[in-house]
Amino acid sequence: MTVLLSIRDLAVRYQRDGVEVAALKGVSLDVLAGERLAIIGESGSGKSTLALAIAGLLAKSALVDGTIEWPPGQLQPSRFFAPPSVLPDISPARGEISSSAGGFPPATPEIGESDRDGSISPLVGEMSGRTEGGAVEHRRSNVRGELPRLGRDIGFVFQDPSSSLDPVMPIGRQIAEVVHTHLHLTWRDAYAKAKTLLERVRLPDPEATLRCYPHQLSGGQKQRVAIAAAIAAGPKLLIADEATSALDTIVQAEVVTLIRGLVAEDGMTLLFISHDIALAASLADRIAVLRHGELIELGQTDQIINAPRQSYTRALLDAHLGLDAKPLLDRKGASA
Amino acid sequence: MNRLRRFFCTPEAVAGAAILASLIAMALAAPLIFPGDPQAIAGPALLPPFHDWSLPLGTDRLGRDVLAELFHGARTSLAVGLAAAAAALLIGAIVGTLAGFAGGLIDEVLMRVTDAFQTVPSFLLALAFVSIVGPSLGVVVAAIALGAWTGPARVARAEVLSIRERDYVAGARVIGMYPLEIAFREVLPNALPPVLALSSVIVAAAILTEAALSFLGLGDPNRVTWGGMIAEGRTVLRTAPFLSIVPGVALVLTVLGVYLAGEGVVESTAVRRSLS
Amino acid sequence: MTVLAVSNLAKRYRRGGKPFAAVDEVSFEIGPAETLALAGPSGSGKSTIAKLVLRLIEPDAGRIDFEGGDFLALSGGSLRARRARLQMVFQDPLAAFNPRATVARVLDDPLRIHAIASRAERPLRIAALLERVGLETNLATRAIHEISGGQRQRVAIARAIATRPSLIVLDEAVSALDVSVRGQILELLLDLQRQERIAYLFISHDLGVIRAIAHRVVILDAGKIAESGDARTVIANPQSAVGKALVAATPKLVRTSQEAS
Repeated sequence: MTVLLSIRDLAVRYQRDGVEVAALKGVSLDVLAGERLAIIGESGSGKSTLALAIAGLLAKSALVDGTIEWPPGQLQPSRFFAPPSVLPDISPARGEISSSAGGFPPATPEIGESDRDGSISPLVGEMSGRTEGGAVEHRRSNVRGELPRLGRDIGFVFQDPSSSLDPVMPIGRQIAEVVHTHLHLTWRDAYAKAKTLLERVRLPDPEATLRCYPHQLSGGQKQRVAIAAAIAAGPKLLIADEATSALDTIVQAEVVTLIRGLVAEDGMTLLFISHDIALAASLADRIAVLRHGELIELGQTDQIINAPRQSYTRALLDAHLGLDAKPLLDRKGASA
Repeated sequence: MNRLRRFFCTPEAVAGAAILASLIAMALAAPLIFPGDPQAIAGPALLPPFHDWSLPLGTDRLGRDVLAELFHGARTSLAVGLAAAAAALLIGAIVGTLAGFAGGLIDEVLMRVTDAFQTVPSFLLALAFVSIVGPSLGVVVAAIALGAWTGPARVARAEVLSIRERDYVAGARVIGMYPLEIAFREVLPNALPPVLALSSVIVAAAILTEAALSFLGLGDPNRVTWGGMIAEGRTVLRTAPFLSIVPGVALVLTVLGVYLAGEGVVESTAVRRSLS
Repeated sequence: MTVLAVSNLAKRYRRGGKPFAAVDEVSFEIGPAETLALAGPSGSGKSTIAKLVLRLIEPDAGRIDFEGGDFLALSGGSLRARRARLQMVFQDPLAAFNPRATVARVLDDPLRIHAIASRAERPLRIAALLERVGLETNLATRAIHEISGGQRQRVAIARAIATRPSLIVLDEAVSALDVSVRGQILELLLDLQRQERIAYLFISHDLGVIRAIAHRVVILDAGKIAESGDARTVIANPQSAVGKALVAATPKLVRTSQEAS
């Protein structure tokens, strides 16, 4: 299979109260085109950092080593001429790039679903501690090859749809904006496309939903809107970062089914970030297990579930409380 | 300490802190450098500044030392400004917390009282209060606080309304904590930061109000005030403009210093919040 | 004998101008040292019932009997005193504590309020509570935000058991925890139940967890009880539509080569 992107020795460190915290330590990983790859781990394992690094959404203060390479030919042709591997080592600010060297594509991802936060820029500073709001466009000197653009080449679905959607902008406008920005359609066509997208994520009455504001929708419906916005420009890669964790079991199953269907229909590559190994196993072709910032195991789903090589992976599997597990009540031999 | 360092990172904050520091130094040093009564006659009347180096800023209409008056005036301005702001913040925080936490009728009554105070121009309120009770330092402080507590009360109430719904407040109720203890021990301390952010504006406004009251002759007659000095100089504005300009400039610098330092504090805490 | 008996409980809200029933004619009982789970999709009224039982909100109709007395008749000081016997653990252990608090203060409050120990005795009681939930006693001086999520939830449990309650309401108490920590916390809860004979009202959307810890389950849908019964029987063979949907939606880990342990 062809490699969509290849991550080599990726290390990410954050400064926190003067202390350096390593979020990722030398992670190397190939994401294959068209596969469904789950990245699982517990809190602090670095799984979200990995997702943000791939999307170019790391906080500005993050110290990044290693490379994320997008082999040529994988991304959709950009409007600009994009010479491979000629990014200046020290990228100047975005404005300078576009003015001084018209041939370069913008070095930062353009507005996408997740950049909705960017469009209410005065808030970015205030919220930058949070994943959803703090995702600021980041200088990407570690990215080689063609530059993926967030929204166009990468769709990103966050855990909390309430904070990734603009509360004061109608749903239709939020999706149409992605379409308008990346596919260069007229607003009328962009709205028509937005309606089609709402149909694709199976929202009842897409026509009415276009005019709704996020607060009028339920959590599951909002997540469907966020997914519609993420796939609006037909990205190659869809990243779902704990996209179903805030939803209840029934809605979670519906959203997972939706994602599975959309990925198959559009031939997208899926990066599914989750803490739930059973959920990941139900969706992914391959599973990568992260722990304390290190990639400790990577393999086909079947192998990870049935023959894990690492004791940690086995412990994660054993800790899963399925509907077939022996109840703790019995193990204790105690009952009321 | 980190916060302090961040505070001194912005040039505005440094300028504000420098102005405030020299002002406080002036206020503290006043009785040492000018031990006598600043209202005593020190030389010939209407001596212009920079003529006699024993009286560097000259003398006023009655021959009083302008520099000594300026130093002693700093004491009054700062004392009244800080005391009035502290009183306003305290009243506002308590009223806002009670209204927001209790809700219902108590909230309704307290907020209508707040409305009543807010609809009357605060300066008129202070003017009326001092005219009725009579001018003295305490009354001036009370008069200014009376018109300034509504802002903090509204901010505190809004903050308390959101904190009231947090899990830890429900948790405090579940363990059987007394409602007043929940309000003042669990809720109020967490509602304070945005209220305190108002303090620089209130201090600056209080200093200006005090000056205005003194200008109108409603300040404490036993104390030198910058407002009083400006009023004094007004009668000889054409012949001796420095008598009004010197305390006026002092007033402008003080308010500017308070604003800048306040901005610096808000800025540095904002950075801290976004980092954490 | 029952610890908690809820009958015909109802709570209505207005949403978008229309009244809707968050909780509608709900009745159930919990016996001593029994775990009753409330399951259901979001919006089914699980958390509203928890708040009603704890008297954090007042019902529109119905009756709550706690330890044989009319719980809704209590107010003021008598209600506050009774609260010692009915405690709660929240989903997000960080949000459940005053952000300025230390571990010691969190545990000191219930001991002080219910005069369980004198001022001099309290540090010893706090140390004993920390040990009881499997934490180091030197954790007492730490700020709440400095300790890990699992430790925080243990502190929350320590606070809940400080007043020796007969019932603890656990509102999604293990949902935000990592799976490895979750197992330990569930073990701790079972251990406490066995030793102190505490009853649990266990609210969760996760049938796997409910099956592991609960004796009986009540499945809610839109504020009404859809079905109830022995936890394993109901989950193995749900009768209601919502019960079937919940079971179908629970992620399943199919391990072929080895026995699921």
